[in-house]
Amino acid sequence: MKKHLIAAAAVLLATGMGLSTASAADKLKVGFIYLGPVGDLGWTYQHDLARQALAKEFGDAVETTFLENVPEGPDAERAIEQLVRAGNKLVFTTSFGYMDPTLKVAKKYPNVHFEHCSGYKRDKNMSTYSARWYQGRYIQGQIAAKMSKSGVLGYIGSFPIPEVVSGINATMLGAQSVNPNMKVKIIWVNSWFDPGKEADAAKALLDQGADVITQHTDSPAPMQIVSERGKFAFGQDSEMIKFGPKAQLTSILDTWAPYYIARVKAELAGTWKQEDTWGGLDTKMFEMAPYTNMPDDVKKMAEDTQAALASGKLQPFKCPVVGQDGKDVECKDGDHLADGQVLGMNFYVKGIDDSIPGK
Amino acid sequence: MALVEAIILSVLAASTPLLLAATGELVTERAGVLNLGVEGMMIVGAACGFGGAWLSGSIIIGALCGIVAGTLLSLIFAMMTLGLAVNQVATGLALTILGIGLSGLIGAGFVGERIAPAPHLHIPVLTDIPFVGRILFGEDGFVYLSLALVVAVWWFLYRTRAGLVLRACGDNHLSAHALGYPVLRIRMYAVMFGGACAGLAGAYLPLAYTPFFIPGMTAGRGWIALALTVFASWRPGWLVIGAYLFGAVTILQLHAQGWGIGIPSQFMSSLPYLATVIVLVLISRARTGGSTAPAALGTVFVPDR
Repeated sequence: MKKHLIAAAAVLLATGMGLSTASAADKLKVGFIYLGPVGDLGWTYQHDLARQALAKEFGDAVETTFLENVPEGPDAERAIEQLVRAGNKLVFTTSFGYMDPTLKVAKKYPNVHFEHCSGYKRDKNMSTYSARWYQGRYIQGQIAAKMSKSGVLGYIGSFPIPEVVSGINATMLGAQSVNPNMKVKIIWVNSWFDPGKEADAAKALLDQGADVITQHTDSPAPMQIVSERGKFAFGQDSEMIKFGPKAQLTSILDTWAPYYIARVKAELAGTWKQEDTWGGLDTKMFEMAPYTNMPDDVKKMAEDTQAALASGKLQPFKCPVVGQDGKDVECKDGDHLADGQVLGMNFYVKGIDDSIPGK
Repeated sequence: MALVEAIILSVLAASTPLLLAATGELVTERAGVLNLGVEGMMIVGAACGFGGAWLSGSIIIGALCGIVAGTLLSLIFAMMTLGLAVNQVATGLALTILGIGLSGLIGAGFVGERIAPAPHLHIPVLTDIPFVGRILFGEDGFVYLSLALVVAVWWFLYRTRAGLVLRACGDNHLSAHALGYPVLRIRMYAVMFGGACAGLAGAYLPLAYTPFFIPGMTAGRGWIALALTVFASWRPGWLVIGAYLFGAVTILQLHAQGWGIGIPSQFMSSLPYLATVIVLVLISRARTGGSTAPAALGTVFVPDR
């Protein structure tokens, strides 16, 4: 029995090594770790669209693999290592919770390059990348203020973390630039994904008088409810217009393809360097879905704002940013808040009549 | 008034899947079988229910697909725990994991598709009665079906001989066996009924609640249904109260946030679970005769020959 096992192991080892040398010679292998199933919309789907874009861009020069449904936390380490052992030389780990596992594997395999989405820990062979979605939320705030009749915006939050809080602030600063009296009602569902609860939250917000709904959760359930009730909403991550053909005003689309293509190009050319990328509209790190279901003047305003944000002429967190207490927030980067202040944002701006839960 | 009506309607919709799944589990547990796979049977019911409705264009066929899927999955559980006398807790947990994986596989073809949701009843005159009409006669059929099902289960358990035998199997399978009742077969029927209800509860989500399918869309409702069964101390009447209470707490905490009531949302999200614990304590303190759980719950029965 033991002999058989050893023989089997030897065969496995030999074939495994054979595989890795054969493929390493002719094509670059790029691996991806996904949080959810690929599906048809949402966070993971957007990452997979970018992966498919790699195949189209580089053809046979690149071979991509992905592992889906990888839970965040220590378990992810095995999945990442599995990709490395299979010969992947560039590995994208596409969720915040993969940060420490990625770092651990990166230390173990200094010759493999890692790209971690939305984290803050880096190493000489581990880059990070994320997008300035708050720019898109500023545009949405302006549109909401124009489209709302009740003057109340409904906001479905996932967890009260800085990324979501800065999104709420950016939305309200945009809204206030159009209508200084705009109000917001915020409901936290304490989940990134629970279609039923997200739908209930949307119903509650509409029942309480909000007529434009924004969500920072992943399912299209709120869009569907809003559509049934004949009101307006913004999508999230993906195009959600088929769930609300008459309801979706626009949607923040995660478009990772330009970044992924650039990084693979660098890898192929041997010029890959560790970087910290936080791109916005200027570098197409994300895009806005077509502006729909709104009058031409609102659409024009949205497009102008988008252009101004992309050129850097307009900063959502332009100083003075006034906190809820009526005092100006310290301005650490010239005429607007520093990146660090946005990344760690844990206060609401003036005009939000609510408090951050647990604070 | 309009807001109160809107809140009640949301509560009805949110409670229905809990009530359906918990009703099935109540019957299963009354027969002495603990099936922790409710979440797994629900999610497969959701995938098959949506698939059936999407392919056929009929909500009823969708619901039937959900029921059949839940029943088939529960048969795997029955085969393991009744036929092979495997540990029920472990098998139930495995069933949930299997169900979640299976639903992703089944649902892969129609993620992102949409269907028209189950129509709401409209009975002329009755539905038009202000306030109560919309609540009592204007929701989708599942809402009223779930209530009818609880009444039927109550009648079966307490007013029929078959119900008495089923409870006997759950309280003392050795005595039931000695009296000549086919304990394993009765338990299998109970498990199948539980599976059918869980499948229907799962199908309710994509057919009426949020009319699309996404993997993982049950989001833990199967576990709440399990807690509900305990909360109701295995009594159908309490099950209704518990299901609507759970639904009400969920919906009201969302509204409370909108009103800006300064209680942290994390605390309010945990309220249904806290309520379960508190009621459990109250129930066990109020009763002098010990637990109301079926005495043979979760124990394996191997008939001697």
